[in-house]
Amino acid sequence: MEAYLDNAATTRVSEKAAMIAEKVMREDYGNPSSKHIKGFDAEQYIKNAAKAIADSLKVQPKEIIFTSGGTESNNMALAGAAFSKMRSGKKIISTCFEHASVYSPLLALKDFDFDIDFASVDELGHVKIDDLLNMIDDNTTLVSVMYVNNEVGAVQDIAAISKAVKEKKPDIIFHVDAIQAYGKYRINPKKEGIDLLSVSGHKIHAPKGSGFLYADEKIKLRPLIFGGGQQKNRRSGTENVPAIAGLGEAVREAYEDFDKKTEHIYALKEHFIERISEVPGTHVNAVPGIDMKALSNTYDKALWDKSLKETAPHIVSVSFDKIKAEVLLHALEEKKVYVSSGSACSSNHPGISSTLQAIGVRKDLLDSTLRFSFSRYTTVEETDYCIDVLKVLVPVYSRFTRR
Amino acid sequence: MKYKAFLVKYAEIGIKGKNRYVFEDALCDRIAEKLAKVADGFTVVREQGRLKVNCPDEYDYDEAINQMTKVFGVWEICPAYVIEDASWDNLAQKVGDYVEERYGNTPHTFKVEARRSDKSYPIQSPQICSDMGGVILDRFPAFKVDVHKPEITFYVEIRNFAYVYSESVKGPGGMPVGANGHAMLLLSGGIDSPVAGYMVSKRGVTIDAVYFHAPPYTSERAKQKVVDLAKLISVYTGPIKLHVVIFTDIQLAIIDKCPRDELTIIMRRYMMRIAEHFAYKNNCQALITGESIGQVASQTPQSLVATNAVCTLPVYRPVIAFDKQDIVDIAEKINTYETSIQPYEDCCTIFVAKHPVTKPYLHIIERSEKKLIGTIEELVEKAINEVEVIEVKED
Repeated sequence: MEAYLDNAATTRVSEKAAMIAEKVMREDYGNPSSKHIKGFDAEQYIKNAAKAIADSLKVQPKEIIFTSGGTESNNMALAGAAFSKMRSGKKIISTCFEHASVYSPLLALKDFDFDIDFASVDELGHVKIDDLLNMIDDNTTLVSVMYVNNEVGAVQDIAAISKAVKEKKPDIIFHVDAIQAYGKYRINPKKEGIDLLSVSGHKIHAPKGSGFLYADEKIKLRPLIFGGGQQKNRRSGTENVPAIAGLGEAVREAYEDFDKKTEHIYALKEHFIERISEVPGTHVNAVPGIDMKALSNTYDKALWDKSLKETAPHIVSVSFDKIKAEVLLHALEEKKVYVSSGSACSSNHPGISSTLQAIGVRKDLLDSTLRFSFSRYTTVEETDYCIDVLKVLVPVYSRFTRR
Repeated sequence: MKYKAFLVKYAEIGIKGKNRYVFEDALCDRIAEKLAKVADGFTVVREQGRLKVNCPDEYDYDEAINQMTKVFGVWEICPAYVIEDASWDNLAQKVGDYVEERYGNTPHTFKVEARRSDKSYPIQSPQICSDMGGVILDRFPAFKVDVHKPEITFYVEIRNFAYVYSESVKGPGGMPVGANGHAMLLLSGGIDSPVAGYMVSKRGVTIDAVYFHAPPYTSERAKQKVVDLAKLISVYTGPIKLHVVIFTDIQLAIIDKCPRDELTIIMRRYMMRIAEHFAYKNNCQALITGESIGQVASQTPQSLVATNAVCTLPVYRPVIAFDKQDIVDIAEKINTYETSIQPYEDCCTIFVAKHPVTKPYLHIIERSEKKLIGTIEELVEKAINEVEVIEVKED
């Protein structure tokens, strides 16, 4: 048996998304900027995708800018907004557990004399709103907050944060990194006060190299990429039509029978969390009420259900006593169970996850934490198989430790 | 004008006696193998005291030179212009053309050196030198003769054809691979062992390698890194049979039974034993390691006594007295450095003690190792039986 439990890293492309992408590559391969019918046909795929995305967010299609993925969307949002507003101020505020694709562009903006501050989070991974509000001053032009944390699955109350921020300073641009949230939540930027929203395609069963930035029509962004003026000058370069068509299809699928799909993934998570306690020396991170549940046989089912729903459906972060995450990861790999240590994007740079530190994970467990992540294709059998394998491996590998 | 031939001068082969042909043949073969990658139609022939490469009509000159500079045993490569009709008037005309094309009208000081292997040629060597000097001076009045410190020396050789050349490209030196036996390299993912393999191979030794893999403690990427390193040095050494030995169970048994501060030494003793097994199996006469005195705890002179004690074959340690930087310099030159510093853990570092022994006594190590009797034999046998052999050669 094989269990792919690394869906927060990337997902399998859905049949429909793959089929439409292939059709574009092989048949409707025109350049959407060409004046002839081939160009027109290609352009329709882009329009359809923009429409599907706009519908899912209840915004206008013209507010969607296609990008190469989440990293580009975050860069475009942060640098684009920072530079276009630099005359009115050069202070930007974010949080201390952002993904590198937010964190690194912000550090790069420091070279242009921007002042960057990071608000702290509590042990459940929720931004301390007071801390964030205290950082806002007259020079602040941009606030960026992650919707769902990629390492532990903590979810922010975006609407509340945005409301508080805008009450303090109405002209602040509010950016949300929704790369782990889009497709898992119904997001309504207009209602939640989101001005910019970053999304990656390959996290929601669309091809890699696809993604978009929602930008409210009132927001002016300085482009990062200049050229032939595609996408109304906001992002030049011939559009990646096959990937965009695939993205549109994947979005349509993600929000079809949405509640059923989400329920399925939450059920997997609950099942997994219940069974992981069968494995000795494990700690589930950033799930409220987990201790209560572990300690008591007579826990309040309704309350537990509510706590669970406060976290993202598809991510479970588990720390293991006395085992190095990477060793366990490779041991699981031998059994065809695929997971991540920390966030897969940063696993290439050995270093301790700053998210885990931010939520106060015990120091000796920082390097002993794995992320299990599910998708709508994940089955209960896969999660059970993973638990069964862990029950065998963990006692073996916790015996041999470093000194 | 195209170079129709290369004259290849060799390094140390010349001092060999009656078995000189063994070295020359190996060198011819190695050069021919490399040039076959450049184009069809190169031929390599032995000539008195050197080799001659005949070139096809069409080939990539820079690539041909590049390939030959990777052949051990090559001392110098001289691209030569071939003049088929060596009669004096034609020779004078063509040598003049050569000078014009290579050096144009930029004035230089020069001299001519001539060699006449074809003794039936009507003009003797000293005469060729002075006459040809005159021809060049007539045609390029700005040139000057300087027989002591010329900027350019034009070599004119009369054999069956005439050759003219004036430039040379340095080769790596050493001896051709295949001329000097066979050795088994203990290849890790580090900086030192690829350099050690390169250095021994440069003395004409054919190389195969053993890598100790410890999944799940070392990842698939760590193994791929070693395959990549083997591929990089195979550019010089020729194809390498890389033996990948799964070492995890042996390592864990040692951790279980022996003192932790002796772990690395005992591990290395088992690595040497297993490497030697494959060395004998492949008819090798030696092992090669990248050890360097005092670099880490397991490479102190006392530690080397302990690891060396299990070997019956000689162990070549070519970088034993090199400073780290000197090893890095070679690694950069042979293009392995960047691959070596990729941050994947190797099996020597995962369980290393905080304070490993640096001055082990052999009898104490041997006593600790006795605790493994009864379990280790089976594990070693299994590791040997389940070896994966990867044939690594340059693309």
